[in-house]
Amino acid sequence: MDTFLSILNSVVSEAIAPDTAAVAIAVIGLNIHFGFTGLLNIGQAGYMLLGAYGMAISITHDIPLALAVLIGLVISLIFSLILGLPTLKLRGDYLAIVTISAAEIIRYTGRLAAFEDFTGGSQGIFGKSYQGPFISLSFLGDGSTTLLPLNYREAGGTGARIAGLLVALAALAAIVWVAKRMKSRGSDEPTVGTSATPKLLLAVLSVVMVLALFFSFPQSEPNTSVDGWWVRLVAWGLVGLSCLIVFLLVRSPWGRLLRGIREDEDAIRSLGKNVFAIKMQALIIGGMFGALGGMVYVLTGSVQADSMGRQLTFFAYTALLLGGAATIFGPVLGAIIFFSARILVREMSGAYVPNSIMSDQQTEQFSYIVVGIVLVLLVIFRPQGILGNKRELRFHV
Amino acid sequence: MSEQTTATAGHADPAARRQMMSQVDRIPGSAKPDPILRVDHIQRRFGGMMAVDVEHLEVQRGIITALIGPNGAGKTTFFNLITGFDRPTSAGKGAHWAFDGATLDKTSASSVAKAGMVRTFQLTKALSRMTVMDNMMLGAKDQGGESLAKAMFRPLWRQQEREVRHKAEELLDRFKLLEKRDDYAGSLSGGQRKLLEMARALMTDPSMIMLDEPMAGVNPALTQSLLGHIQSLRDDGMTVLFVEHDMHVVQHISDWVVVMAEGRIVAEGPADTVMADKAVIDAYLGAHHETDLGDDALLDEGVAAALELEVAEEEAARNQEGER
Amino acid sequence: MKACPRPPGLRRRTTVVGALLGLLLAPLVLLVAGAGSAQASVATLCLAQPEQTACINGTVGNRTNPVEGVEVTLLGPDGAEIESQTTEADGKFSFQVEEAGEYAVLVDPETLPDDLEILEPAPRFQGPEGSILVQVRLGQTVAPDLDVRSVDYDAGGASFGDQIAQSIAQGLRLGLLLALASVGLSLIYGTTGLSNFAHAEQVTLGGMVAYGLVNVGGLNLWLGVVLTTLICAATGYLQDRGLWQPLRRRGLGLTQMMIVTIGLSLAAQYAFQFFVGASQQKVVVETFDVVEIGPVRLTEMSFVAMGISLLMIGLVGFVLLRTRIGQATRAVSDNPALAAASGIDVDKIIRLVWTAAAGLAGLGGVLYALVVSNGIRWDTGMQILLLLFAAVTLGGLGTAFGAFVGAIVIGLVVELAGPLGAPGDLKYAVALVILILLLMVRPQGLLGRAVRVG
Repeated sequence: MDTFLSILNSVVSEAIAPDTAAVAIAVIGLNIHFGFTGLLNIGQAGYMLLGAYGMAISITHDIPLALAVLIGLVISLIFSLILGLPTLKLRGDYLAIVTISAAEIIRYTGRLAAFEDFTGGSQGIFGKSYQGPFISLSFLGDGSTTLLPLNYREAGGTGARIAGLLVALAALAAIVWVAKRMKSRGSDEPTVGTSATPKLLLAVLSVVMVLALFFSFPQSEPNTSVDGWWVRLVAWGLVGLSCLIVFLLVRSPWGRLLRGIREDEDAIRSLGKNVFAIKMQALIIGGMFGALGGMVYVLTGSVQADSMGRQLTFFAYTALLLGGAATIFGPVLGAIIFFSARILVREMSGAYVPNSIMSDQQTEQFSYIVVGIVLVLLVIFRPQGILGNKRELRFHV
Repeated sequence: MSEQTTATAGHADPAARRQMMSQVDRIPGSAKPDPILRVDHIQRRFGGMMAVDVEHLEVQRGIITALIGPNGAGKTTFFNLITGFDRPTSAGKGAHWAFDGATLDKTSASSVAKAGMVRTFQLTKALSRMTVMDNMMLGAKDQGGESLAKAMFRPLWRQQEREVRHKAEELLDRFKLLEKRDDYAGSLSGGQRKLLEMARALMTDPSMIMLDEPMAGVNPALTQSLLGHIQSLRDDGMTVLFVEHDMHVVQHISDWVVVMAEGRIVAEGPADTVMADKAVIDAYLGAHHETDLGDDALLDEGVAAALELEVAEEEAARNQEGER
Repeated sequence: MKACPRPPGLRRRTTVVGALLGLLLAPLVLLVAGAGSAQASVATLCLAQPEQTACINGTVGNRTNPVEGVEVTLLGPDGAEIESQTTEADGKFSFQVEEAGEYAVLVDPETLPDDLEILEPAPRFQGPEGSILVQVRLGQTVAPDLDVRSVDYDAGGASFGDQIAQSIAQGLRLGLLLALASVGLSLIYGTTGLSNFAHAEQVTLGGMVAYGLVNVGGLNLWLGVVLTTLICAATGYLQDRGLWQPLRRRGLGLTQMMIVTIGLSLAAQYAFQFFVGASQQKVVVETFDVVEIGPVRLTEMSFVAMGISLLMIGLVGFVLLRTRIGQATRAVSDNPALAAASGIDVDKIIRLVWTAAAGLAGLGGVLYALVVSNGIRWDTGMQILLLLFAAVTLGGLGTAFGAFVGAIVIGLVVELAGPLGAPGDLKYAVALVILILLLMVRPQGLLGRAVRVG
């Protein structure tokens, strides 16, 4: 039971980790590029790195946090312009090659000893040199926030944790039950008064579930002085905000244009739309989400060029396809499942496969092999992902 | 389509149209009384081959002009050139074309469409993974909600969206596609897609519509209704230019016929005169002029193979260029 | 392995999955069967566990020139000695700690070879008594700012002209080896339209298989090279048969297929690590003699490799230009539909292209491991992937000769960037910048035909 609980602990902690939220935001951006517009950006990690550098370097030069974030976003905008101007008029694979190259150039440049004063070279920028302003915004204190007798730092007894897990599961079951009842009733009697109560109930249950989950799997403070709660709150809050923005954007005529361009640029051009401008706008918006993701990504660690390399982009693609491209919540769901499933594979093979067959290192590598193969199988057998619309994908262009 | 009031009196009357065109010389590149499109010195080479070499062409406003020619004559390439989807090799070296008085020499495909000259494609470009309604609504011009600044705020474009939807419903109704509005365009039949593409083009309120082989791959029953639609567009005052190889179609609905062969314009005139023209018979009808070319069954195997090859070729070219 | 043809009637899905796994793992399983002993020596590399341990890993010297027998000591935050290690042939040291904090790494200068000295670290990493400070956080792996250089680094160095000459020679060498891989990449792109991101792993596979055959298996080098090329070609054949052809038949879009290659590349990279380990492996243990021609110093092997490369590329050129199969390939490249309509068996041509491309990439991988990177590692191919793409794009996507010219240009640019002032890894970036600039003025590449798009 303890092994199982510790595996579950690792999985849940990965699922709600700020890093996962950060990648989710970047994947939301990638979804605008690839999912909605059909732009093949294979340099999303480059956008993340730019955003992270932009923010961290600004803060180390005594620029206020808000302005620093803005600087990161503006840098990503300029990057989009530089990448987009030569390539968006060309065939899609040129954008792919240019974005992946540009992301690598940024990484190489960031690692250069010549810029060590700015980027910290290959060592990167240490978290404590730029996280101060963010931490000081926290209204949750220094990381010792508690809820009743439960706190967020130390593991409680096994009994308490199992109880917490049961509460979470019960809440989940209740949510499903209420939602189902709401749905079936909603069609018969669509009166406003009756539907408000279950909605409230749903909200309360969700909060209970999330809290129970959080406290049954306490996270030790992640090597920073930032309160684990505060970072997670901000990171997931930004994920929610990003989803909202994307929702508002893609339901509009502008979003319709994006999908039209994805289907057939020439058709859209023949209708008198400026395809180049729309693609550029999509590239910029998606890139900004990438940069924002990069900023969140470094909130708990340090800015290190190599941590945002090509592989992160590939992970982002896997997460996107897993959750479902061209959906609103697909990127978020995909990122959560992707990261926690990888940890699950790693921990399971670590716990149950004898060391003589697979060493600790090899379980890590094994989990990545699984990631790669899952990506391949997803694209072949379930290209619409978890949330995507199978009906929509039936028509090959 | 009451907006299309560019119609001059008599466009609906066949006799008046014939009268109007009767003074026009029946020679390649002749001047028209009221040309909406003028083309000068357009050449396009592919490798060593001259695919299009048009010295001068005028298209009369408010009538149906058919562009015919044997396969490989460069009709579709010519279409691509004047709509901005391809660039003439002679660009900057005397190539010049103008639509409704505005020069198009350096105009992009989207600006050509904005100017009022809208085209359809031989291989229909219905946006498969979008609904019929979304396809239609994409066509509407000047949508506020298509600007990024306004997109996020629904109240700013809700009213216009409603109007666009209403207009789309009217057009879909006219083209008998209204029940299909929530279906994915990919689920439509070939003929329905052609109709959808035409209806979508009309959403832009064009003054001239260019149809690239609108009848290709459409079943005979639908062909009749397509023809009817084309004629009714003309009767609304729109200029129609279409590419076709089926002689019957050309004969029945076109007011003026332009014949292309090997990239050049070899003849112009009303359908009946053109078909009697010696140059046309030589270039276009070749050895088959005894037979009725409107009947596909009479094409011998060699011709069929050649046709197939050309379709494959164009498909491949399109794949290479546009798709990704 | 699993990729061999199955009786009809089995669902295609299983075939694809099986083939996929088989393709990925077959050569590696083969390889590891004989590599058990070599693996043990590299297994000590520390791997950080989140919130439990942290690692301080580093290399004395660099990956291509590691320094053996150097004593490295880890000092705790309090300055007390924690652990000492002596580097082995790979020059690596690796400490595992369980608490975060500021540690220091001390290198014993006595154990360094006489002609080497430790480069002074950046001021913020300078610790007491010449030690190098490292900030350690749990769950992370950090590398100390440790660098060695030869004592006579600046003294009496080669003249600028000599450096340029040497760089040109190295550039040609790199270019020719890149060309081996990029010609195949370009042919695949030309005939199928696919940008194969896993092509780099084909290159790595070549080096890995050769390592298994020659170093571990004790095979004669030249026999090993030939056998490697054949094995790699076989992986190309099986890949097309088991994966790409079925996918083409399913009508999977090119973008989707490209993402499939990304997934394959990811899986292959970690499979290499899984089976062979994360450190550099040499194909042959002994070093090659150096030949000096004027100011240019290259190993004998370099000239041989360049010769082989030229020969193979010449052969590809001959086949493309002078044989029926070559004509058919070019026809498919020009216009697959038209080629199919005129009676060419497109699938057969594509199968052939995959086979040849994988074989050439494998050969390129062996030679690259022999003369450029001084060994093979799981990411050797990945590091040159972008150079390959740059070469192919530069020459014009899908034109084999363009890829050759592009590869030479990229090779020269990369090697010349160093002496002309681009520090460190930036020389790779220079090649990519040139690529982007070229796309702005000549999107069809150097030798590509102008195809109007959009």
